[in-house]
Amino acid sequence: MDKTEVVDIINGFLTEEFEIEENLIHPDATWSDLGIDSLDFVDIVVIIEKEFGFKLKGEDMVNVRTLGQFHDLIFQRQLSKQ
Amino acid sequence: MFLPAVDRKISIFAALNQKKMKRVVITGMGIYSTIGRNLDEVRESLYRGRSGIGLDPGRKDYGYRSCLAGMIESPNLKGLLDRRARVGLPEQGKYAYVATLEALKNAGIDQDYLERIQAGILYGNDSSAVPVIEAIDLMRDKKDTTMLGSGSIFQSMNSTISMNLSVIFRLQGINLTVSGACASGSHALGLGYFLIRHGLQECIIVGGGQEINPESMGSFDGLSAFSTREDEPGKASRPFDRDRDGLVPSGGAATLIIESYEGAVKRGATILGEMAGYGFSSNGDHISVPNIQGPVRSMQMALDDAGLKTRDIDYINAHATSTPVGDGKEAEAIDQVFGDVKPLVSSTKSMTGHEMWMGGASEVVYSMLMMQNDFIAPNINFENPDEYSAKLNIAPKTLNMPFKVFLSNAFGFGGTNSTLIVKKI
Repeated sequence: MDKTEVVDIINGFLTEEFEIEENLIHPDATWSDLGIDSLDFVDIVVIIEKEFGFKLKGEDMVNVRTLGQFHDLIFQRQLSKQ
Repeated sequence: MFLPAVDRKISIFAALNQKKMKRVVITGMGIYSTIGRNLDEVRESLYRGRSGIGLDPGRKDYGYRSCLAGMIESPNLKGLLDRRARVGLPEQGKYAYVATLEALKNAGIDQDYLERIQAGILYGNDSSAVPVIEAIDLMRDKKDTTMLGSGSIFQSMNSTISMNLSVIFRLQGINLTVSGACASGSHALGLGYFLIRHGLQECIIVGGGQEINPESMGSFDGLSAFSTREDEPGKASRPFDRDRDGLVPSGGAATLIIESYEGAVKRGATILGEMAGYGFSSNGDHISVPNIQGPVRSMQMALDDAGLKTRDIDYINAHATSTPVGDGKEAEAIDQVFGDVKPLVSSTKSMTGHEMWMGGASEVVYSMLMMQNDFIAPNINFENPDEYSAKLNIAPKTLNMPFKVFLSNAFGFGGTNSTLIVKKI
């Protein structure tokens, strides 16, 4: 899966499942900008497992501040999984 | 100090009367049920004697004896509520939200007033089976609790309705679920009435919700409590009829807005009725077989609390669920208390089925709709009385008549009993 596909999947569930306005979704957006709180992370873990087949842990997210960093993390994780 | 029952009751009322009591009125109602998704539809169904019962064939896959059930569609809340609010709501929570929206609109209460008045919520609910079962299935499969998602806990708890609605409507007062089996909704109204009466709350959202799904009702079906008249779903629920063979599980949600009389007048609200009395008792007897004296005490306590005589009650909305034993015991209890005056009696469960945790609240809404519109809804399928129901004045057909005071019974497993009396102002 290339980076564009990963980004599309993530941005897709943020707009569809989390109902975030498309114009808010850009790589520099923080979780706060997107209105994502700690409970939402629980659901993001479930979706990532379903979409990419691996489980995110709390420590994976420590340095993830923006959506762009999250895209990178998931892309790298799914590459290493392959 | 132990007091005999009668003295104890007198001492309770004496204590209550030391402080000036507030009058408690109903100013709003909302309903989402098998006989209609709002007040207008339900009023029409009640008047026409329309049944909300059908067949849920999937129940046979679970080994049910009977596929009879109340039929209801799950409301689509997308666009009405944001995702965070929706993921915590189980089936009965969605019904309760829709009913509460209608009740607040009916009462003419907006969000600003709810917050200013520090309104509370007391809602009847006594199960939330599907989210619990889904969570257990997932844990067994994935062996990982984080795969349950964020909404599971808020859907699973018995207090799911009050916890979700109190956040959605930003309530700041009492925030509590009342679990009293099939009397849950009625006790929620009664306890809310007490809180306002004593000046502890100005306005409370009260009601009851009930899930309809095979997962929640299998253990009840296993007791052979349900009607098996599957060839005639509309005739299966037949309270007080000689040929009744069991109840039909049903559900939905009903909400009422209750507030102090002074508060309602001050804000220029339309007063729909006054909560005049609440009675309660426990049978102290068998866990599932009802008795006569428990309900008798509950009805008498409600009458005493309301300061009314038996002749003042125009209509009784009976608990009668269509079970052979339960209806007979209630008929005997009603006859014992009201035998001298014989007010009109009907069980709206003949149309709705048994709405269980919701029933005690919905049946107040049904009775209120009748009182507002000058009719008594029929006890459909009442074709032949048995030896007990023959002593009652049951309305088998719709009666066009104004009335001013009704009494509503709700009883449940464990022998919990609740009786409410409401009057027109």
